[in-house]
Amino acid sequence: MADYTKMWSELGLDLEGHDALLSVLGGAYTDIFLSQKNRPEGMKYFDFVMSEVHGLRIQELMDAKAQGRKVIGSYCVFVPEELILAVDGVSVGLCAGAEFNFEGAETLLPRNTCSLIKSAFGFKLGKVCPYLEASDVVVGENTCDGKKKSYEMLAPLVKDLYVMDMPQMKSAAGKALLKEEYRRFVAKLEEVSGKKITVDSLKKAVEVVNAKRKAVKRLAELRAADPSPISGLDALLVNQVFFYDDPIRFTDSVHKLCDELEERVKQGAGVSAKGTTRLIVSGCPMAVPNWKLPMLIESSDVVIVGEESCVGERGTRWLTEFKGGTVEEIIDSITERYFNIDCAIFTPNPSRVEYVKEMTEKLKAQGVIHYSLQFCQPYIMESSPVEKELEKSGMPVLRLETDYSQEDAGQLKTRIEAFVERLKKK
Amino acid sequence: MKYAGIDIGSRTVKLVVLENGELVFSRKSITSHNPLETARELMNGAAFDVITATGYGRHLLKGHLGCPVISEITAFALGSRFFSNDCASILDIGGQDTKAIALDNDGLMNKFEMNDKCAAGTGRFLEVMATALGFTLEEFSHAALGARKAVKINSMCTVFAESEVISLTSQGALRDEVALGIHKAIASRSAGLLKKVAPPGMVFFAGGVALNECVKVLLEKEMARPVFVPPDPQIVGAIGAALSAMKEA
Repeated sequence: MADYTKMWSELGLDLEGHDALLSVLGGAYTDIFLSQKNRPEGMKYFDFVMSEVHGLRIQELMDAKAQGRKVIGSYCVFVPEELILAVDGVSVGLCAGAEFNFEGAETLLPRNTCSLIKSAFGFKLGKVCPYLEASDVVVGENTCDGKKKSYEMLAPLVKDLYVMDMPQMKSAAGKALLKEEYRRFVAKLEEVSGKKITVDSLKKAVEVVNAKRKAVKRLAELRAADPSPISGLDALLVNQVFFYDDPIRFTDSVHKLCDELEERVKQGAGVSAKGTTRLIVSGCPMAVPNWKLPMLIESSDVVIVGEESCVGERGTRWLTEFKGGTVEEIIDSITERYFNIDCAIFTPNPSRVEYVKEMTEKLKAQGVIHYSLQFCQPYIMESSPVEKELEKSGMPVLRLETDYSQEDAGQLKTRIEAFVERLKKK
Repeated sequence: MKYAGIDIGSRTVKLVVLENGELVFSRKSITSHNPLETARELMNGAAFDVITATGYGRHLLKGHLGCPVISEITAFALGSRFFSNDCASILDIGGQDTKAIALDNDGLMNKFEMNDKCAAGTGRFLEVMATALGFTLEEFSHAALGARKAVKINSMCTVFAESEVISLTSQGALRDEVALGIHKAIASRSAGLLKKVAPPGMVFFAGGVALNECVKVLLEKEMARPVFVPPDPQIVGAIGAALSAMKEA
């Protein structure tokens, strides 16, 4: 990696803390990703992106800013990238996947806050996330109570925090609220960028984002093959890079990877032997570098074949379908698309478990691991009914609750291995 | 053929050898700071042809011997059948975790639940509480069984419960009654875990805590069903590992 010290200092990063973070990240990446066997060649691009995740990509953001484009950071799949691209902005997902500076975060947040929220604050207070520091606007969204209230504390720490309200029920009123919030967001984006959204710019933005989602959907479908052509860890990584990378370059790279995987499937080649136990992971999002659970799972002679998660199919499975040609009508179509997302903040939320069932069939999974972040009330609450419903239909489920620390790795490993032994005896 | 099973637990390491379906050798040792060394000492002098490891230290042994491993949960399910054919579920309270396992009609593990990552309500918890009250483990159970009523213990965290116990005794609470309170707390917490998965029927109680008569009696009351304790409840996992070695051979 080139020397980016000057850029990082200009962004106001704490260089010592940032170096420490990068060295842990690099070490973990080598141990977890580069040590895997039978990796597709196409993953080299994603290895490169990860090696430059705080370097070249940030340089690109800085170049975009120099050209007058705005960088919009967000923490959630309910924030429409289409609207950001339509004002020629750059959309980035913000870092919230590592246990960094939790002591700092706990000076503002209660201890029993989930790791994802603590991580966002740890990064901010430790000044180690260049994406956050490069963002002209940070978008918060009123999903769970933890995030909603924590944005009140994040507001004074960032340049421009914009909070988007969220419906909690899939009702007509709920949809109207979401649409109104997207309209309000358009106004905000137009104001900060000084650019008007037009039919052309919005159409083009929708096409770019649809193409990106189609590419990861293609990847998701290829994992139905036995043997799976790609590991769950690598597929998760692609879904994580989805939030950081330039969308067009990302789409091309995913298709190149998929071409290779298609070839593997034709030849019956895979990342592990045919007949390897196949699992789906369902639940909370896994932001970079939260790789603990998939690493523990896949080192137990298992291949993960799907993620029902915001960083996974919940974030990507719907495309925006044009229903009309005016800006207003396209915003309607975008609202329709996002209103499908079956996040556990909605009550009730029956389509989620139905889709997990569908995934187990499509991807020929033998079991589901339900992953909740400790203190994530919506997903923990939903885990029990999801488990009951799936077990009732004959699909074994293992419910796990964990955080970003490594101290419970041994106990998690025991549970995962026991679950796999349960599946194998069948 | 002699089939060995070794269970490297957080507090004790257990080694057994089976031959012709009979238990021919059994030995235990306290886990040291070097579990691998403890396991080696235990295996020294024991005669066996193949070995399977289980317990939290299983992968450590696998790394050195290249032996097969199985999780404790499967090991307990297999091991329970060595002692009894009519249990529907297993409760194992070991040194630092508690497991509740549901068995299917063939005696195979079906569902399971484990306690959270701290040692609340486990064997280690009992040890610390006994020490806080100035009892040996045997005296502790005996005192609780003899108590007329229980003093309620609210905290299940080993650290907080210790302070709670000290504060209760300094307020003049009878230590036998505090002892019963502690046992009740463990029994009700374990029963809660068990009720999540256990089908109706006899409960197989394993692990070091099963040696405690008071916990067994209270558990029977809480669960309203019979609880079976095998002759040596600590070696169930090791026996399960040996049975697995036999199955694989």
